[in-house]
Amino acid sequence: MALPYDSAPKFAEYAHPEMIVSTEWVAAHLDDPGLAVAESDEDVLLYETGHIPGAVKLDWHTELNDPVTRDYVDGPGFARLMSEKGIGRDTTLVLYGDKNNWWAAYALWVCSLFGHPDLRLMDGGRAKWIAEGRPLSTDAAKRPQTGYPVVDRDDRQLRAFKDQVLAHLGQPLIDVRSPGEYSGELLHMPDYPQEGALRGGHIPGAKSVPWARAAGADATFKTRAELEAIYQDEAGLTPEDDVVVYCRIGERSSHTWFVLHHLLGYPRVRNYDGSWTEWGNSVRVPITRGTSP
Amino acid sequence: MTPQPVTPQPVSGATLHPRLQEIVDDFRSVPDKDRLQLLLEFSRDLPALPERYAGHRDQMEPVPECQTPLFLAVEVGPDEAVRLFFDAPQEAPTTRGFAAILHAGLDGLGAEEVLATPAEFSGQLGLADLVSPLRLRGMAAMLARIKRQVREKR
Repeated sequence: MALPYDSAPKFAEYAHPEMIVSTEWVAAHLDDPGLAVAESDEDVLLYETGHIPGAVKLDWHTELNDPVTRDYVDGPGFARLMSEKGIGRDTTLVLYGDKNNWWAAYALWVCSLFGHPDLRLMDGGRAKWIAEGRPLSTDAAKRPQTGYPVVDRDDRQLRAFKDQVLAHLGQPLIDVRSPGEYSGELLHMPDYPQEGALRGGHIPGAKSVPWARAAGADATFKTRAELEAIYQDEAGLTPEDDVVVYCRIGERSSHTWFVLHHLLGYPRVRNYDGSWTEWGNSVRVPITRGTSP
Repeated sequence: MTPQPVTPQPVSGATLHPRLQEIVDDFRSVPDKDRLQLLLEFSRDLPALPERYAGHRDQMEPVPECQTPLFLAVEVGPDEAVRLFFDAPQEAPTTRGFAAILHAGLDGLGAEEVLATPAEFSGQLGLADLVSPLRLRGMAAMLARIKRQVREKR
């Protein structure tokens, strides 16, 4: 049974307020049956240092990715993972994590590829929970195993592949990496290890909107009006646009995907998870250097 | 033109310094699930910065390959003893753990011994599947930067 939505006024402004909850809401509903909370962090050990009591750990790299092919887990793999974590298909799954919910948004995006019906992000993530002095636990949570059904992953609506991005050139693209990565200068550090791409720069036509601009100093998302000022007034996007977002491996751009798709309500936003580690290594794809799109 | 004889390159990674070998053995001797716990314990043991570096990140070298900004400083004494200093936030236990392993394994060794550390050392800890190769790259980058600084400063 689905849990009630968080009726906070800030969230009501968003296009899909059902996708986001506050730390207060999580604290109040922590023991509700039908709720699972999962922490997804950049740092693979952070969960072990203390997490929301009862929250399970969901690791982006070691659990959501296929260990051999550069791809996400498949339907049976996702079903196995969710079952082991004690998450059912009808469970309300609230995700949170470090770094402005960067990796939590990525986990939410991957879960969306499998159409998990009730996904939500905890606004402000781990940092806000801790800043508010809320309880942490170092006990690894163990939820009873579920029988999550095998659901095929559907990449068509939310995910973009390289060939599709090539066909998309000329239409809206958002590069969410840092300005140095966007312009290409970050690959110009002699005698230093490389960043994992042979070429630097950005996809032609892509506008630069670093992902973290969508979050405030307390790691929460900015208000709808503030987000519209960034993505509509500044970057010139409109809700009718077919938008592709990318970064280095698709993690930071999941955060922007969440903002555009769920907070601003753009129906057509795809995350190009191949991102710069594919594009910047591909033979004969067009690249633009410098600070202009 | 006489072809130059091909001199076999010494395989620098053939043997680890005993201190590093001991750390590797510790990691390899525990089951997978305890290996992360061991890394967490290392992260807790990373020494705090001495006064001359505390609050002086401008005197340290950033390591952007780590997911979380890590800063390191390398000193080489007149006796060629290498001292290592790391600064990484508490919210980055994995990065701190990697730094602590390098500190426990290399701090106080001679310059030659540090330079002889094989670049692929981090791969021997058995962490690739648990931590992911991408995250492990941070440790390899720390080691590469340490060795470069040792070469510059000795």
